Amino acid sequence: MSILLDGLGLSAGGRPVLHPVSLELPAGTPNVLLGPTGAGKTTLLRLLAGLDRPSEGRLLEAGREVTGLPPRRRSVAMVYQQFINYPSFTVFENIAAPLRVARLPKPEIEARVQEAARLLRLAPYLARRPLELSGGQQQRTAIARALVRRAALVLMDEPLANLDYKLREELREELPKLFAESGSVFVYATTEPAEALLLGGRVATLSEGRVTQCGPAGEVFRRPADLATARVFSDPPLNEAPARLAGGQLRFGAGAAIPAPEAGLAEGACTIGIRAHQLSLDPLPGAVALPATVRVAEVTGSESYVHLDVGDLAWVVLAPGIRRPEPGAAATIWLDPRRCLVFGGDGRLAAVAPLAEAA
Amino acid sequence: MAKPRDDRAWGLVLPVLLLVAFSALIPMMTVVNYSVQDSFGNNQFFWNGTGWFRELLDPSTDLGGRFFDALWRTLLFSGLCLLIEIPLGIAVSLTLPRRGWGVAASLVLLALPLLIPWNVVGTIWQVFARRDIGLLGAAVNGLGIEYNYAQDPLAAWITVVAMDVWHWTSLVVLLCYAGLRAIPDAYYQAAKVDGAGAWAVFRAIQLPKLQRVLTIAVLLRFMDSFMIYTEPFVVTGGGPGNATTFLSIDLVKLALGQFDLGKAAAMSIVYNLIILTVCWVFFATTTRGQSEAVQGAGQEAGR
Amino acid sequence: MARIAFDRLAHAYPGGAGHALKPMDMVWEDAGAYALLGPSGCGKTTLLNIVSGLIRPSAGRVLFNGADVTALPTERRNVAQVFQFPVVYDTMTVRENLAFPLRNRGMPAAPARARVEHVAGLLGLARDLDRRARNLGADEKQKISLGRGLVRDDVAAILFDEPLTVIDPHLKWELRSRLKELHRQVPVTMIYVTHDQTEALTFADRVVVMSEGEVVQVGTPEALFDRPAHRFVGHFIGSPGMNFLSCALLGAEAILPGGARIALPRAYPALGGRLELGIRPEFASLGAEGLPVAVQRIEDLGRRRIARLDLAGQPFAASLPEGMPVPAEPRLRLDPARLHVYADGRLVEGEG
Repeated sequence: MSILLDGLGLSAGGRPVLHPVSLELPAGTPNVLLGPTGAGKTTLLRLLAGLDRPSEGRLLEAGREVTGLPPRRRSVAMVYQQFINYPSFTVFENIAAPLRVARLPKPEIEARVQEAARLLRLAPYLARRPLELSGGQQQRTAIARALVRRAALVLMDEPLANLDYKLREELREELPKLFAESGSVFVYATTEPAEALLLGGRVATLSEGRVTQCGPAGEVFRRPADLATARVFSDPPLNEAPARLAGGQLRFGAGAAIPAPEAGLAEGACTIGIRAHQLSLDPLPGAVALPATVRVAEVTGSESYVHLDVGDLAWVVLAPGIRRPEPGAAATIWLDPRRCLVFGGDGRLAAVAPLAEAA
Repeated sequence: MAKPRDDRAWGLVLPVLLLVAFSALIPMMTVVNYSVQDSFGNNQFFWNGTGWFRELLDPSTDLGGRFFDALWRTLLFSGLCLLIEIPLGIAVSLTLPRRGWGVAASLVLLALPLLIPWNVVGTIWQVFARRDIGLLGAAVNGLGIEYNYAQDPLAAWITVVAMDVWHWTSLVVLLCYAGLRAIPDAYYQAAKVDGAGAWAVFRAIQLPKLQRVLTIAVLLRFMDSFMIYTEPFVVTGGGPGNATTFLSIDLVKLALGQFDLGKAAAMSIVYNLIILTVCWVFFATTTRGQSEAVQGAGQEAGR
Repeated sequence: MARIAFDRLAHAYPGGAGHALKPMDMVWEDAGAYALLGPSGCGKTTLLNIVSGLIRPSAGRVLFNGADVTALPTERRNVAQVFQFPVVYDTMTVRENLAFPLRNRGMPAAPARARVEHVAGLLGLARDLDRRARNLGADEKQKISLGRGLVRDDVAAILFDEPLTVIDPHLKWELRSRLKELHRQVPVTMIYVTHDQTEALTFADRVVVMSEGEVVQVGTPEALFDRPAHRFVGHFIGSPGMNFLSCALLGAEAILPGGARIALPRAYPALGGRLELGIRPEFASLGAEGLPVAVQRIEDLGRRRIARLDLAGQPFAASLPEGMPVPAEPRLRLDPARLHVYADGRLVEGEG
């Protein structure tokens, strides 16, 4: 079972809203759409659901063409950011609703609802009404209703965004198991890179209406195809430095230079990108020292995010331990060239740093 | 190849289309047909081209003079109604309770006038305002103020406008109340924190957030008051003299009283066009630049 | 500027069962940055609304600089508040929005203008001053909400009610660090309510952890991380939270159900109740020696990985740095200095 997008795209008023994209979304693993608000995640979800008609391309479901079919004639379930349940129904009736519409026999409904309730740990609450439940339980009810239909395609649009942090953590752990057990294709939209990584599975990054890359989460994270992907898939934001390649050296900032990667880069303008945890405030062997000024430090308890100005660049360093340097103080950032991502003038990734890739 | 959507859905619309054709399109075409012909009894019709329209729009002719007099009267009536009902409706909606049993009670009370048939409203006021036996009319006269809507044009106008205010302000109140209820509490809390007084809260939060329902309220009240017929006809019959002969009353006099079908048809078409134009212009100007606000509101509601 | 104190403060909603806020005494120092952290329904928003005056507590007093303000309405408390959803006055420009609190208080135009421009500079809104507020993004709208608090130089405290909820991750970083910088430039008491531990820990000098209407622990981010006073704090702070292992104690040794013995840095007296050993995933590592464990699954978080383990029948999470290989027959090593003992969910101080 899989969903195939074949050059699927949408334009409105002559302008592309979603650039044509070809993807395969397999069952059994989460397919995460990662991108900021307005990147086109919801547009893509709506096309997948059949709520909107693509202006080009085809959509195939297990080899069957379903382009342009309305959701009613497809096998699609959807979970939204808001907890959408029937307030006057009990949890049982909520979960059973799509099955009753499909006129399944009573014992079958009973069995399927109990099964979904067990998976989502809702069994003790089946007789209650949604509004008597916590937010996490309400959203679980909505997810159970989506699962119980055994739809070919289950779409989730930021389903955890309205939940408490710890509840999110819990559900993030449960969801991949559900995805693996079910035969449906799951598509999960989120704005948070950490969530994409936690869910594992495959990630498609979106930026400004374009799918920039698609692949296993860890691989896309470590080997972003281009600058846009690296930006979308970095939290804290990617540290960037515009650079010039000349004589085998990448020169950037006020006189700093690192050796250029051996191949794949043309002379001229390029961009160095490095994630916060790949930088250090302590000397590293083989690293280049960059003078910087501290702006502010944020302590998380075991680590510190130190925000610094490197010339006119604003960078973040994730340092282990508790660090509270005074704002305005001078500091040195140690940048290891083997941890940098280098992007060419066209934004494509030119070289993966060996140390950034290892995992 | 993209598959087509299910076009059988159009079949479901067919009954409505037929109904609209019978109830609106065919009568309308008949009117258009009449408006370009002249008739001399016995169902004999003669082609008259745009003759009726030229006569109608020329104030120096009989027909034109009569038309423009009625038009100004109707516009004045609509203007007065809007001027009183909109601010009054907003004011009343602001004073309504927001929670507790008072909500249901006041909403039911307010909805009462809206539930009375129009001719009954007219009859109620015709009796209510009579100088001999009417509660209002007799009371006012008892205070020594001369008031007789059957003879004094000013009294007739006051009666007709008061009747419309009584009948329709509730609608504005209900719309505004719904609009006010939709404002999230955080706005009021923020205003409190910012030290805003009641007037500042009204100007900065309530009025802007009411803009959309007010657009609807003004449109509805303009259309209804501009087309008003039954109530003033029952109370004053268009009099005294022609003092409260609004366009609709005049139209009926012309068509059914004098049986001047051509003139009446031309008049009704112009009448119709005026309403359409005014509503469209009003709607276009007030909703311009609001699409973003609507989107924003949608997002907010979505969260 | 204000020092905020609570004196036997408690609150029960009329008709509600029990206390939404159990009796508490607490002092928040002037110009401090505080976070109220807890799951929904823990009472943090109730406490915030009591500070702002939107809720009047059913018992106890609220003191600003020693003066009792319990009965004062919001508008007379000189507090400012930033809400979860950005509140801007739609029809006004950014400038008019920022000037709104000053105009309401009758400040003359010239000084008001200067204040507004100063604050817009602090927030990075200077270029947007004459734009209509409703056309801005959510992050900028939140800055305006904050700015309306900052323009008033008499403001005693600025309250934040989950202000980053609707902000995208990338902009969160910008807004959060901007807020932190701002707190250094404008020494005003800031109180930040959130369920997100990262936001709370990074923002605040002191974090107040709440659960079920009660303050469970007040401390610096380090203290909450290193020495959670309560099982709840250990679980709630950290991602994943602290590991808790059922155990028995024998002097300076903990004995796990499987019989494994773990040396503790301190000796403990004989304790009653349910005993647990607490240690954070960050202080556990996989290597060639230590306790035998079974690896159930490895979660790749990009910059680190979480190993989900089975330690003699108890689930355990260990954090692995990026790039470190997982040994074929892994054994679990625990940093002895970071081991804590909990009896019935409460931290027990050891001896020596």
